Amino acid sequence: MMNTGNDRSKEWPLWEIFIRARNGLDHKHCGSLHAPDAKAALQSARDVFTRRQEGVSIWAVRAENICASDPDSKAEMFDPAEDKIYRHPTFYKLPKEVDNM
Amino acid sequence: MYTQSMDLPQKKEQSASAPGAPENPEYQREFDARLAQGEFIEAKDWMPEAYRKTLIRQISQHAHSEIVGMLPEGNWITRAPTLKRKAILLAKVQDEGGHGLYLYSAAETLGISRDEMFEALHTGKAKYSSIFNYPTLTWADIGVIGWLVDGAAIMNQIPLCRCSYGPYARAMVRICKEESFHQRQGFDLLMTMMQGTNEQRVMVQDAVNRWWWPSLMMFGPHDSESTHSERGKQWGIKRISNDDLRQKFVDATAPQADILGVTLPDPNLKWNEKQERYEFGNIDWDEFWNVVNGNGHCNRERLAARVSAWQDGEWVREAALAHANKRAAKHPDGRVGEQAAPSMETAPMQTAPTAGST
Amino acid sequence: MTNQHFIYLLRLADSPLILAQRLSEWCGHGPVLEEDLALSNMALDLIGQARLLLTHAGRVESRDRDEDQLAFLRMENKYRNLTIVELPNGDFGQTVTRNFLFSAYQVELWKRLQISTDTELAAIAAKSIKESTYHLSHSAEWVIRLGDGTEESHLRMQTALDQLWPYSAELFTSDDTDRSMAESGIGVDPSAFKTDWQSTVSQVIGEATLTLPADTPFVSSGKAGQHSEHMGHLLGELQYLQRTFPGAQW
Repeated sequence: MMNTGNDRSKEWPLWEIFIRARNGLDHKHCGSLHAPDAKAALQSARDVFTRRQEGVSIWAVRAENICASDPDSKAEMFDPAEDKIYRHPTFYKLPKEVDNM
Repeated sequence: MYTQSMDLPQKKEQSASAPGAPENPEYQREFDARLAQGEFIEAKDWMPEAYRKTLIRQISQHAHSEIVGMLPEGNWITRAPTLKRKAILLAKVQDEGGHGLYLYSAAETLGISRDEMFEALHTGKAKYSSIFNYPTLTWADIGVIGWLVDGAAIMNQIPLCRCSYGPYARAMVRICKEESFHQRQGFDLLMTMMQGTNEQRVMVQDAVNRWWWPSLMMFGPHDSESTHSERGKQWGIKRISNDDLRQKFVDATAPQADILGVTLPDPNLKWNEKQERYEFGNIDWDEFWNVVNGNGHCNRERLAARVSAWQDGEWVREAALAHANKRAAKHPDGRVGEQAAPSMETAPMQTAPTAGST
Repeated sequence: MTNQHFIYLLRLADSPLILAQRLSEWCGHGPVLEEDLALSNMALDLIGQARLLLTHAGRVESRDRDEDQLAFLRMENKYRNLTIVELPNGDFGQTVTRNFLFSAYQVELWKRLQISTDTELAAIAAKSIKESTYHLSHSAEWVIRLGDGTEESHLRMQTALDQLWPYSAELFTSDDTDRSMAESGIGVDPSAFKTDWQSTVSQVIGEATLTLPADTPFVSSGKAGQHSEHMGHLLGELQYLQRTFPGAQW
């Protein structure tokens, strides 16, 4: 019997996978996979994303649990930071002698 | 490994039930401007419906090619001649599975599910690279696939690392990184055979004879026949034309054949000093379309193998989900065994059983 | 003594070798991509273990046989793997059940071999126990999911367990070679860790809501070189190229 393909209730949930490449670094998003439960998600993440020693630690998060900002509100979310140039060190012109401050 | 750029006349659209974006001239202008500046489009960004559908078609076709591509090489894993070669081949074919997975995930960000894509593959609605409908007859085929088929694939894939759709581009970066050993192991395998017995050399030449032309076909029809090329270029999902890539491939490969000591089966292949490129003979497009349209050696077997893997696995997928639901019902707060502890940094998940000493 | 040492190492090598051969048949045919990759990873670990052990066995034998001559060019009755690993894969449930029973055994074995007086073997055990511990965890999870999944999966898993169980007796048989290796401190008598294995197995089988089958008088004899009918076919594929082109380099 062929799966009709449209019945999403039969699909394993999607998990987003984050991997710490080595201690001292942040976990970084590296992709997603399907797994029936958390343990399977972690084990599959290990088998799928760390075959070449890419990681020392894995987080698996149900994709549906991730809250994402809306691209449509990008302007009000992020543009207001644009003119706060005084937050950046390069804003300040100092004499050469102390410029490594 | 990679799909050919087939640019097939778009048949019925995939049954994507995804977030349809209403056509909106203002958004469209913004979208065009971003593409023109070489910016990436990300999953939740507005995109024209045609862009989304084309990407779904291209990425899923690419993903299908990866997993169907496991079959011809998988045919030799149990017969690999040494343990080293067995491990290499298994790792490589496994990589193809991983690449399929990355690509399905990239396509899923466009609002189609992996199961829907499988459905399209299994019912013959979706295509995969027809190179995989050729049979692997000897061990030398494994080397030649690495050298020529993966070589062609890499040519095709590298430009896609800069394609306009972020999730696809990132998947391609990962794939290209992993793929770099695939071609090299093939060449290494062939060099070993060429330094071996006469029978082995004959085997290599025979495999080269059978795979050379199909490898050239992997780049797809001539630019003049290619229906979607212009729009693909505009959208930043097809950066170099089929014919240019094919030429690049021939130019890179012909000298490698000399080093290997094999003859490429094309009497018209010769170096053109003036144009600084190789000339080569005409591709048999009738064969190409025959194989694309289902009349290759292995079309039926390849599809049947995928369908039966999927059907045989149905009880497994159902049971795993049923078990997860049972566990969730036992722990209505949904926490135990389902989710990491509040401080993600500190509490690793326990896995059963506890027999290990580590 | 040298000969027993050699044979003992072959036993250790051949089970991973033959199980890897079986698991690699899954490549491209798994129930989901994620598990396809997982089974291949497991097979790759096992090939790695077999290579180290065969190379070491070859050195102990000192007849200049390398890993490939030992892996590909023995007669069937010179392969010393446990019979359970040579049985056909069956469905995914049978495959994970066998992986579970076998890796639970391997974990106990490697644990003890880490202190072998054969320092090379001890090093191989120290590397392999990490791999087998993961294989155990992965397969145990699957036994539980599928045992306690749907009605169909439960039935399939119970059938798998019933079919494989008789072959578990061989895991704990010991003969002169086992005993002499245990005495010398090189090896371990498997009967010594039967209880530990049973406790792991019964815990997981219980959680999987499956029933442990009763023991039967049947004892398979692969480790003594007498195999099932399946072995010849498996070797036919494994050895094909080496037998067809004697002496060729690959």
